[in-house]
Amino acid sequence: MKSKIAKISMAAIAVIGLSASVANADTLSDTKAQGYLKCGINSGLPGFASADSKGHWTGIDIEVCRAVAAAVLGDSTKVKFTSLNAKERFTALQSGEIDLLSRNTTWTETRDASLGLNFAGVNFYDGQGFMVHKSLGVKSAKELDGAAVCVQSGTTTELNLADYFRKNGMKYKLVAYDANDQVVKGYESGRCDVITSDSSQLYSLRIKLKNPSGSAVLPEIISKEPLGPVVRQGDDKWFNIVKWSYNAMVAAEEAGITSKNVDSMLKSNNPTVKRILGVEGKLGANLGLSKDFAYNIIKQVGNYGEVFDKTVGMNSPLKIKRGLNALWTKGGLQYSPPFR
Amino acid sequence: MFALLRDRKVRGILFQLLTVIGLVAFLWYIGTNTVHNIEQRGIQTGFGFLNGTAGFAINDTPIAYNETYTHGRVFLVGLLNTLIISFVVIILSSLLGLIIGVLRLSNNWLIAKLSSAYIDLFRNIPILLQILFWYNVVLATLPSPRKSIEFFGSIFINNRGFYVPKPALNSTTISMIVAVFLAIIIIFFLNRWSNKRHENTGEEFPVLLTGIGLIIGLPIIAYFIGGADMNPSYPVLKGFNFRGGKTFYPEFLALAFALTIYTATFIAEAVRSGIEAVSKGQKEAAASIGLSGYQALKLVVLPQAIRIAIPPTINQYLNIVKNSSLATAIGYPELVTVFAGTSLNQVGQAIEIISMTMLVYLVVSLAVSALLNWINFKMKIKER
Ligand SMILES: N[C@@H](CCC(=O)N[C@@H](CS)C(=O)NCC(=O)O)C(=O)O
Repeated sequence: MKSKIAKISMAAIAVIGLSASVANADTLSDTKAQGYLKCGINSGLPGFASADSKGHWTGIDIEVCRAVAAAVLGDSTKVKFTSLNAKERFTALQSGEIDLLSRNTTWTETRDASLGLNFAGVNFYDGQGFMVHKSLGVKSAKELDGAAVCVQSGTTTELNLADYFRKNGMKYKLVAYDANDQVVKGYESGRCDVITSDSSQLYSLRIKLKNPSGSAVLPEIISKEPLGPVVRQGDDKWFNIVKWSYNAMVAAEEAGITSKNVDSMLKSNNPTVKRILGVEGKLGANLGLSKDFAYNIIKQVGNYGEVFDKTVGMNSPLKIKRGLNALWTKGGLQYSPPFR
Repeated sequence: MFALLRDRKVRGILFQLLTVIGLVAFLWYIGTNTVHNIEQRGIQTGFGFLNGTAGFAINDTPIAYNETYTHGRVFLVGLLNTLIISFVVIILSSLLGLIIGVLRLSNNWLIAKLSSAYIDLFRNIPILLQILFWYNVVLATLPSPRKSIEFFGSIFINNRGFYVPKPALNSTTISMIVAVFLAIIIIFFLNRWSNKRHENTGEEFPVLLTGIGLIIGLPIIAYFIGGADMNPSYPVLKGFNFRGGKTFYPEFLALAFALTIYTATFIAEAVRSGIEAVSKGQKEAAASIGLSGYQALKLVVLPQAIRIAIPPTINQYLNIVKNSSLATAIGYPELVTVFAGTSLNQVGQAIEIISMTMLVYLVVSLAVSALLNWINFKMKIKER
């Protein structure tokens, strides 16, 4: 009996959460009062969010949680992580189980405008790709007519897949699972011919396979997947805090501030650096934070480039190039509005 | 006034009234509060989403569906799949449970022990684990489409499913379906008539044999009357997968198998306790009037045992319906997977979607309970 519709009861609790929680939200005070940030993350996606044997989380999405904790609480370790699958994530945020969702979530119009959510930036520009068993001899996604495709349900991936095959007049057999592990198992056991996901993840999925060289990633990228942190609608102050915590990391990279040199940078006479680090001006106070909020982020978490390199970039097993995620000054899309 | 309050009946009514008023007020408060909060947060409300395009595919659909259909259609597909899997498992687990329950009490030591080992094993492993286990076993043991196990060139088994020819819905198949129903109705009345005759004259009529004859014979006759052409579509390997024919997907098969194996243990226990509850005297009396072991079981023991076994068994039917929602783990597209899962994730309207889903389970539960009451009433031992 205890197994009956565990899912429904969870959602029902979320519904009750919606009905009970107060309308005038003040997430900042709540977070300060409880002393930690409630952050929703992926349960295991190398480079984005994964836990080592000691339960220590790493990944580019994790660092966003840490940055907000550093900005709000002055301590990047004060985060309570909640791992969520794709289907659970929005309900968890809407119901207040978490206050920040940083789980490779694509920014779309529907999610932004009708789910009661706000996207606070893009910490990774991604796109959707395919991986196939090499034995099939498929070289392009256009040859996939009639294939069985494994996908995680509750994702934009599932929707793009439908669009792509429809657009190209091809048919496919959908095999959709809630859990990523089962998606991989389905692919490995041959339940499907193809696996599709955000392309950054295909490479980490491939590493996880029993026989990585038996699979190949196809060249097509079929969608835009701007992934970023999400907050609830209706608390603008909190929205601003998350937005500018993230911007601080990007602005720091642009201004050449790193976790190593941040202390000496305090003495810099560059006005931009002075404002970012709170030596001059009252940018922190505008957000309801201390004036050194960005200093805390950079010192404890690092700037965007540092975080990228160690989680998904060249200093990580994934070795993803900066590409679209380079600073705008280097031909990429990462761009922070000015700190002034 | 106070004298009235001292009246127990009046007081009872008053308190019930107050409780109802309190409850309604509470629900109203929660309701308005919720709607207010949701609107404040910019989450859409109302049931308009049911007309919105779903945009995602579903792999196993009993009715026409593709990604251009609506969320309302997704609800229907999910609902039908829930009903289909529940129906199949109810039939299979009842049969298996009955057999195991009887075998459990067999005089043959080995059979009895094997049956009870089966019950102990499968009843005590969490059902979710069993579903995942069978599913991954099915996937791991079956070959790929190109190496399918093949029967008569028209039935194929591989790790994408179990493919069989699918008859077209034409005059032949329709007359055959009608014939099956006709056979069932005839058997029903035949059985009635033969029972009456048996009571009056003591003569036996071979109902079972005639019944089997009818069930097989009538459709065969209908086949020829209907034009003798089922015009089936055959599964053929085209590119990656088989096309045409009817497919039973691994998700469906694994879920049906796991739920059957699991639920049958409970039904077997219900049957066993029913049989054990029939007093020994009854069996001895049956033997003393010369009934064989099988006759005693069929005519004396089971009819009484079933009365006792039915309520717990119907409870298990309810559990089957609820447990079918565990399909989300392996992606069988029943109601909770596609509607309370994928649709909910796309449109985010938790309250509407969860209410609809809960309503479905509520209606199914109430319907099954009503059925139970009716059967209990019908099966009551009639005092003569
Ligand atoms: N960016 C897409 C997909 C996000 C997503 O959940 N991706 C899957 C893989 S395609 C994932 O991260 N799975 C890992 C897990 O759930 O553990 C979205 O926001 O809908």
